Amino acid sequence: MKQENTILENKNFRPLDLKKKMRPGESVIQSLLFISGVLSVFITVAIVYELGKEALLFFNNPDVTLAKFFGTTRWQPGIGLFGIWPLVTSTLITSAIAIFVSLPLGLAASLFLSEYASPKARSALKPILEILAGIPTVVYGYFALLFMTPLLQKIFGEGVQVYNMASAGIVMGIMILPLISSMSEDALSAVPRVLREGAYAMGATKFETSLQVVLPAALSGIGAALIIGISRAVGETMIVAIAAGAGPNFTFDPFKAAETMTGHIARISGGDLSYNTIDYTSLFAVALMLFLVTLVLNLISQTIINRFRQRYE
Amino acid sequence: MNPNHDHYPEGETLRQSLKKRYRSASLWQAIFFSALVIAMISLAALLYNVIDGAFGYVAFEYKNDPAEFTAKPLDDLNKQELLDILKANLSSGAYTKLDNEKLMKKRSKSVLYTLVLERLIQIDTKQNWSMTDSILHSSGIKTEVSEKYPKAKLEFRSWLTPVFLTTPMSSKAEFAGVRTAILGSLWMVGIAILFALPIGTGAAIYLQEYAIKNFLSRVIQTNINNLAGVPSIVYGMLGLAIFVRAFEPFTSGSMFGITDSNGRTILSAGLTMGVLVLPLIIINAQEAIKAVPDSLRQAAYGVGATRWQTIWHHVLPNALPGILTGSILAVSRAIGETAPLIVVGASTFISLDPDGPFSKFTALPIQIYQWTTRAQSEFHSIAASAIIVLLVLLLTLNATAVLIRNRVQRKY
Amino acid sequence: MQNTQIPEYAIETKNLFVFYGSFAAVSEVNLKIEKQKVTAIIGPSGCGKSTLLRAFNRMNDFVPSSYVTGEVLMRGQNIYGSNIDPVEVRRNIGMVFQKPNPFPKSIYENIAWGARINGFKGNMDELVEQSLRGAALWEEVKDLLKKNAYELSGGQQQRLCIARTIAIQPDIILMDEPASALDPISTLRIEELMQELKKNYTIIIVTHNMQQAARVSDYTAMMMLEKDGSRSGTVIEFSETKKIFTNPKDKRTEDYVTGRFG
Repeated sequence: MKQENTILENKNFRPLDLKKKMRPGESVIQSLLFISGVLSVFITVAIVYELGKEALLFFNNPDVTLAKFFGTTRWQPGIGLFGIWPLVTSTLITSAIAIFVSLPLGLAASLFLSEYASPKARSALKPILEILAGIPTVVYGYFALLFMTPLLQKIFGEGVQVYNMASAGIVMGIMILPLISSMSEDALSAVPRVLREGAYAMGATKFETSLQVVLPAALSGIGAALIIGISRAVGETMIVAIAAGAGPNFTFDPFKAAETMTGHIARISGGDLSYNTIDYTSLFAVALMLFLVTLVLNLISQTIINRFRQRYE
Repeated sequence: MNPNHDHYPEGETLRQSLKKRYRSASLWQAIFFSALVIAMISLAALLYNVIDGAFGYVAFEYKNDPAEFTAKPLDDLNKQELLDILKANLSSGAYTKLDNEKLMKKRSKSVLYTLVLERLIQIDTKQNWSMTDSILHSSGIKTEVSEKYPKAKLEFRSWLTPVFLTTPMSSKAEFAGVRTAILGSLWMVGIAILFALPIGTGAAIYLQEYAIKNFLSRVIQTNINNLAGVPSIVYGMLGLAIFVRAFEPFTSGSMFGITDSNGRTILSAGLTMGVLVLPLIIINAQEAIKAVPDSLRQAAYGVGATRWQTIWHHVLPNALPGILTGSILAVSRAIGETAPLIVVGASTFISLDPDGPFSKFTALPIQIYQWTTRAQSEFHSIAASAIIVLLVLLLTLNATAVLIRNRVQRKY
Repeated sequence: MQNTQIPEYAIETKNLFVFYGSFAAVSEVNLKIEKQKVTAIIGPSGCGKSTLLRAFNRMNDFVPSSYVTGEVLMRGQNIYGSNIDPVEVRRNIGMVFQKPNPFPKSIYENIAWGARINGFKGNMDELVEQSLRGAALWEEVKDLLKKNAYELSGGQQQRLCIARTIAIQPDIILMDEPASALDPISTLRIEELMQELKKNYTIIIVTHNMQQAARVSDYTAMMMLEKDGSRSGTVIEFSETKKIFTNPKDKRTEDYVTGRFG
């Protein structure tokens, strides 16, 4: 090797300096990255601050009392009606219908995909759910108004109004189905193999194993999926804005028109809205409620998922 | 002998009970599968519903008789003849205005043809039918039209045409197009990505490569996961309060000497959308960075690389396909989002191309929303056409993402 | 000046402890590693061999909550001193890992990258060739320099990693079970290579293979878990390899090298 060592000669006796070097570039980059990371926290703070500030203005209005807010059932801030209930009930009804549709379907789909489908069938069936998940909600709105509503009218007759909560809820359920299915599938496949093998070793069939051993073991994960589904339904805007109705209406009849919280925000803010009016601040009050409800639901779901993950790791 | 042995079925009983167990198993399997069938049917119904609306018979009348303008049948006119008709019959002011928007001579024949119809002859749509109706009840429709609108022409039309893609908004469904909406969407998404991609990737790098697992990094992580679940309309409210209202001097461009605008600009919409997709980009970039094996980092450190050299030369290039895929998904999300745009004040009637970040704007999903909620069914038809445009756009984007994901094989 | 003194040892540790949180993975190590010799660290699995090796070029810095007490001296400078730059340490103390981990780049770039980031100004082609020659890989890859390193066999990849390390001209090369993922022939080539390399470099190798230690090393450090049941590893015996294998002082070393260790 002698002739080769012109560059790689023995370096053992060159000066050695291990002292820290100034690397200003590295520090600048690290600071920039840190700022990017922290920015997301500022976004949350900004949401809470802005929504809170305007909502506070709303509740500080002498005409608005908590008694009116929670005690009356008509909402039209422009003319002094501050009962939040019509927006809340319609939100709950559309969400409940959506969950009623998406939970059984999503759960069944996930059971089939994770327990029964061959890899080939899986790769053929999964894209259907992925495409459903990727369709913009405004397209679902079109579908609800121009397909689902006429269909419901054909089935249930004249009682179904042109705008109605049932149609919006059902279509919302179809929209949420992929989410529930994929989260449930994650939960099912996270159940350790030894558990299944234990069941098989006792003479259980595949079906008995998946329904009586795997499903219960994955229940908390499925619960998390359900909660995220509810949160998504409560926060969904375009489907209800297009198909559920354009005006607050205190009703429990799913075939009647009623405006949800999100639909209300979309309709009012889409018009000519001037700052510092009661209409403007009231929207922020509604949005704050929406944010808090979905935040709590998301946090619960995340906690469940984290616990679930720990248990099986 | 096991005393419990007698309690288990044996022989024929065992066979029967097993058979029953298997039968119920296949029954349930069929039930589970039916959920996927329902999903398939829903998807098919949705696509059918959209296509059904975008094609079909239209019954329309000419307000002014084409014979007043030309002796030839309209369809036989060449470009020069169309130009002459427009010049002769439009007021000189109107003609100059059109000429200023885009030189008349440079416009295509089909555009001029449309102009003649729109400005001179003027169309009055009486009724339109869905594709299914048009095909199944063709003769019924024909008799109906001849009875109800004796002067009307009946024509099977595709509402989705090249002209539809290249013409701006119009108050008449027949002449409306999605040009301004597509341009608005592109501007908006461009700004959103310009904002969110560097910050999102930076945040992901920080969280994966720098942050120590402490209280702060846990807060940031939880916070990002929660932001991903905040309803999009809440982002719209944030955008309204911050970008449209508080930052008005910046977002309206008045800081830069632009005066004819308020805060409801493309810039506000783009930034709002950027904030909305930020958590999505961060989470995807984190996954991509996580997938880069540690041995690669150690190899780089082992030859005396600094942390940033390791990240820049090894971690990022290897995570890039994943980050790119994530950004494309973020773009598709941003293109389809509607609610925040309504809140930050997309205008629904914009007939001029947006010329910069400080323009007022409309976007594709906004047009779909607007047209869907109109009562007249011809607007539903152009809504359906716009949906097809939107879905094709999204399909292309997602196919690109899948392509990138598949092209890059795992090297390690 | 301190750093121009001719040092007696390549690395000297003084009362070195490596902690993960409150757990001392390695405790009370006092070693004097000879220059231009191969020193093997052997011992049963889980006794902290790799941890100790990684303490020599501050690779443990990347393990959260890990820290070190005591000193690791390299030519009189404590590499854990407060004003020491770990990047400089690693640049002078190279490392070859258990699993070959070339960069997903060309063979040429694998070597050139480390040199470039460390500010190498000379003839890059020459450096690449000499490094590859130094790692006994040149003849096999001289026509494939633009090929991706992942197209090489495992043994070739590992020699490429060695070439990459010597290209940045460290004083010391740490090898963490460098042959454990390789077939016997590749292993042999790496072992032969070590004998060549020790003419210019100090080599410290962790191995679980006692025959390998006996074959390649001049000195051997025997590590064991502490007897007190703390699950903390320490060096129980350190001397010339010959002595360790023929005439160990410690009963546990004898049990281990003769295979009587349970």
